[in-house]
Amino acid sequence: MPVPMIEAVEVAKTFRVRARRGGLRRARTAVRAVDGVSFAIEPGEFVGYLGPNGAGKSTTIKMLTGILTATSGSLRVCGLDPSRRRGALARRIGVVFGQRTTLWWDLPLRDSLALVRRMYRVEPAAHRARLAELTALLELAPFLDTPVRQLSLGQRMRGDLAAALLHDPELLVLDEPTIGLDVVSKATVRGFLERTNAERGTTILLTTHDLGDIERLCRRVMIIDHGRLAYDGGLDGLRRTVAADRMLVVELARPGPRIVLADGETGAGPIEAERVEGPRQWLRLPRAANAAAVVAALARDHEVRDIALRETGIEEVLAGLYRGDHAYWCSGRPVAP
Amino acid sequence: MYGLLTWTWTRAAAQYPVSMALLALSTAVFSALDAAAIALLFTRADRIAGFGVDEVLFLYGTSALSFTLSDILLGNTERLGHHVREGTLDVVLVRPVSPLVQIAAEEFSPRRFGKLIPAVAVLAVALARADVAWTPGRAAMVPLMVTCGAVIFGALWVLAAAVQLVLVESHGATKTLTYGGAFLTQYPMTMFARDFVRTATFVVPLAFVNWQPALYVLGRPDPLGLPGAARFASPAVAAALCAVAAAAWRTGLRHYRSTGS
Repeated sequence: MPVPMIEAVEVAKTFRVRARRGGLRRARTAVRAVDGVSFAIEPGEFVGYLGPNGAGKSTTIKMLTGILTATSGSLRVCGLDPSRRRGALARRIGVVFGQRTTLWWDLPLRDSLALVRRMYRVEPAAHRARLAELTALLELAPFLDTPVRQLSLGQRMRGDLAAALLHDPELLVLDEPTIGLDVVSKATVRGFLERTNAERGTTILLTTHDLGDIERLCRRVMIIDHGRLAYDGGLDGLRRTVAADRMLVVELARPGPRIVLADGETGAGPIEAERVEGPRQWLRLPRAANAAAVVAALARDHEVRDIALRETGIEEVLAGLYRGDHAYWCSGRPVAP
Repeated sequence: MYGLLTWTWTRAAAQYPVSMALLALSTAVFSALDAAAIALLFTRADRIAGFGVDEVLFLYGTSALSFTLSDILLGNTERLGHHVREGTLDVVLVRPVSPLVQIAAEEFSPRRFGKLIPAVAVLAVALARADVAWTPGRAAMVPLMVTCGAVIFGALWVLAAAVQLVLVESHGATKTLTYGGAFLTQYPMTMFARDFVRTATFVVPLAFVNWQPALYVLGRPDPLGLPGAARFASPAVAAALCAVAAAAWRTGLRHYRSTGS
């Protein structure tokens, strides 16, 4: 059995936060940013790491790259303990932060990349070949001699990707790589990541709030919420649960009481309208519900003016999950892809 | 690696040669004013705490040279707090080069060498004029004390950087430790209160930067009556401080908390 690229067992990170409580008194509280997360990522996987702001995504990424030391649990990346072997690990992984550049602000991109070559001790010949390849793939040629501070966000991100991949790492960790990018730049970045994963076999772990990234790229998704893994499984599984939930919007002739359907009328337990707005009511139909039977029952008991059946988007399901609305969520949680 | 990084930054700085030259010049002028202030002091009093002007210039010159060397090499580490606040330290930490080296070399500019000019000049004048019975031991002591002094100041920079990792807002505290230390060693220690000197000798071993070795070079008894061996303890003190600084730095990195997002 191959060694996992990343192996996390019950990893936790606690921050001590000092809150001001009037005057000089300070209250110390411990915040568990990551609260016992376990997962394994095999070589060659492309994994999306999702979660609302403050859920612990960035903290996890920082522990994986050795920036932060885990409070408890065991963590192995490329077979190394990240915080103890940060330098050795840095040679084997590439890291891109969407929010801040890893390039040198005042240096032309070409010089930045040359400096990266020296830092990672890449052979000059290998560097030239790799740089030529990355220049072609990421279309870097027009701005190779421009100082980084003058680059547009899209150009800078492509430069950052080149810098992270020059030393041909086994693992690429991306923290919100498409944040703030326009449609064209996003497409370039996504296409590039897809090729890197497919052709070089580079394992990629990416955090994002952009579900387009996830749908286009990730075969596996991990969702973290309140410091715990809420979902870890294939994107297909996520889609299936999404498809299962449908929303039925009924517009009645006049405002009425909240609609309640009995077990026999739905084929999937009783259903109560979850939102009432004047004559309109929203009913959530679970996977097993028979939409035709529900519509028939509604038409029989009420004077219905209009009916619309909506598939729930991946975005809505995630929003429900982020809100902690777990009833919204599938009951069974896939464990492994 | 340090050399490579500084060279890259030098090339970046060299894009603006006039500003680089002017900045170097202004740095040199400001440092020279310091030495002039000492000379001025002696126009009012021939001796400060029993030390003549040449001897004080010797103290000033060795200390300034030590400090300047450490400042050129490591002074930039005081920007660490800024990196912590901005979150840019994360970027530094994912590169396979010591974060200390990366930050110390960052935005390196040859104008930092401007600070060397007055220090070297003062030391040269002091050495030429001082009434010292030169022996091989005393001659060898001068470069040794400058080197050890630079290492001690360097260790203090690192120590201060380690503190900054934990206490982000400590920028001011750091300055007291290093710049304050540089000021202290530029005057004969007997000028300051006795207890304070004891603290300085034992707690912040700055006295070993130049005071103790200077006593040897100038052939003077120690007003505190420390054993003669103390005058040769500078390398040991430097080594010990380095060990402390290295340990503190490693601990600091392990306790680094990063910033949001």
